[in-house]
Amino acid sequence: MDSNSVEATRIRQEIDSLKSKKLNIEQQISSLEAQLHQLELNSNTASSLSNGNLGNSNGLSPDMIYRYSRHLLLPSFGVQGQANLLKSSVLVIGAGGLGSPALLYLAACGVGRIGIVDHDIVELNNLQRQIIHTEAYIGKSKVESAADACRSINSSTQIVEHKEAFRTSNALEIVSKYDVVVDATDNAPSRYMINDCCVVLGKPLVSGAALGLEGQLTVYNYNGGPCYRCLFPTPPPTNACQRCADSGVLGVVPGVIGCLQALEAIKVASLVGEPLSGRMLLLDAVSGRFRNVKLRGRSLQCEACGDHAVLTRQTFLDFDYEKFTQTPLSPGPLKLNLLSVDARISSTEYSEKVTEGETHVLVDVRPAHHYKIVSLPNSINIPLSTLEDRLPEISASLEKEAKKDSLDSGSSASLFVICRRGNDSQRAVELLHKLGFSSAKDIIGGLESWAHNVDPKFPTY
Amino acid sequence: MQLTIEFGGGLELLCDSVKIHNINVDPQDGEKQGSIDIISSFFNQLTLKNLLSWVRTNVIKERPEMFMKGDSVRPGVLVLVNDADWELSGQLDTVLEEKDNVVFISTLHGG
Ligand SMILES: [Zn+2]
Repeated sequence: MDSNSVEATRIRQEIDSLKSKKLNIEQQISSLEAQLHQLELNSNTASSLSNGNLGNSNGLSPDMIYRYSRHLLLPSFGVQGQANLLKSSVLVIGAGGLGSPALLYLAACGVGRIGIVDHDIVELNNLQRQIIHTEAYIGKSKVESAADACRSINSSTQIVEHKEAFRTSNALEIVSKYDVVVDATDNAPSRYMINDCCVVLGKPLVSGAALGLEGQLTVYNYNGGPCYRCLFPTPPPTNACQRCADSGVLGVVPGVIGCLQALEAIKVASLVGEPLSGRMLLLDAVSGRFRNVKLRGRSLQCEACGDHAVLTRQTFLDFDYEKFTQTPLSPGPLKLNLLSVDARISSTEYSEKVTEGETHVLVDVRPAHHYKIVSLPNSINIPLSTLEDRLPEISASLEKEAKKDSLDSGSSASLFVICRRGNDSQRAVELLHKLGFSSAKDIIGGLESWAHNVDPKFPTY
Repeated sequence: MQLTIEFGGGLELLCDSVKIHNINVDPQDGEKQGSIDIISSFFNQLTLKNLLSWVRTNVIKERPEMFMKGDSVRPGVLVLVNDADWELSGQLDTVLEEKDNVVFISTLHGG
């Protein structure tokens, strides 16, 4: 290691240590501020009680009148809207791309009590869209991070931390403590589970979703309107459910939808305006268009909220949402196992072969826009979807490599296949075997394994 | 009959990533695709059922099973006729009119 990199490591360590000290101090300050605020509130109440009145009859303290003055000045919202909001409670499930802006606005606007459910930790690749979290919280719980941010905006709002995965076993108990539920999750089984829980408990559900450059928003189970199952009685096939981790998402798109979720939750909680029930707002960010469409009413045949629905607390507890949607609740990366052991090699074994100079061709079967992000040297990009049509390219490369290393005519170059996580590479090898490339092998765990086990500096995404 | 059809929520990937299609459908076409609907063909009408089979043949380029199941759309797809849920207009029996706008949108789960 040269002296420059030693110095860089030392500086990085010092920065990290200072950052953690700074975070610690900030936490102490915000906790003290909250204590002070509580003391002031208590003494305000005490003094106003001794005066026999608050100075005004609406129950808002001078601090609150000042803080929420722009709301109070709105004729259509006013003191009544604010008072309703201060008395209300909202549960936000998911502190990610949708939950981040939703929570910031809900905390700022004066909802009395906010609950946050999430079991994840903050990671660097969240920060592009999950704007409630900051670099200082990387590696810490998302709930803790979001709660600290909410408290630093508004110490008079009560923030309740639910650092747990949302499951049928805890759902009823958590949701029953709130007036309005915001679904800011990212997968199909959670959406069905949250819907059913809200139907059982009679809670309005503000539902948002975003992917790529599109977003969707509606309010379910409100005032006799439809629920999620009225619209989607049957879950979609699993391969129709794209995830942000695979398909990508422009950060501001869930941002827009999350803000709108806060808006709908505020409307429901303050009893002001016309919540988006029986209607759905569709955002197409590319063309800059919103579409407000009319939905069906509540379905009498709905299995959750219909006239003959059998959904109860007990059936909810017993329902298997993962089986129903064929999707895990915490979608870890899919781990396929399609091939026999001798058709696979590990990333370290592959690295040894490269070092030994084994004659080979490495085919990277990821989509072209993935390949552009990062790739291994000397690999050729043939996306899985085009593999069948581009076999001649593989044959040509194999011949070229064999000729270059002047192999005997009897032996040939080896063929390895890689992808991001090692699923598509197995599908590709399976296909290659069928099409006559019987020696093709996949690199187990793909580029993620390469970065993890061979080259820690290799970028992951 | 001139219609505008639109795809969203990822369904556009099934037709070369083109979201908006201005199409011209002969009401008889649906029938020729094999989905014979005696009443609608008698009145020379185009129903959503006819349109679906026309779209499957003429617009969808890949993985038709991601668009349809049986003679309807697959679960998780909302169909909107002039910005209203097709459940409100008769689902597959909805009779389409000149210049109608039909949207097929897949529900999103991401966040
Ligand atoms: Zn329902």
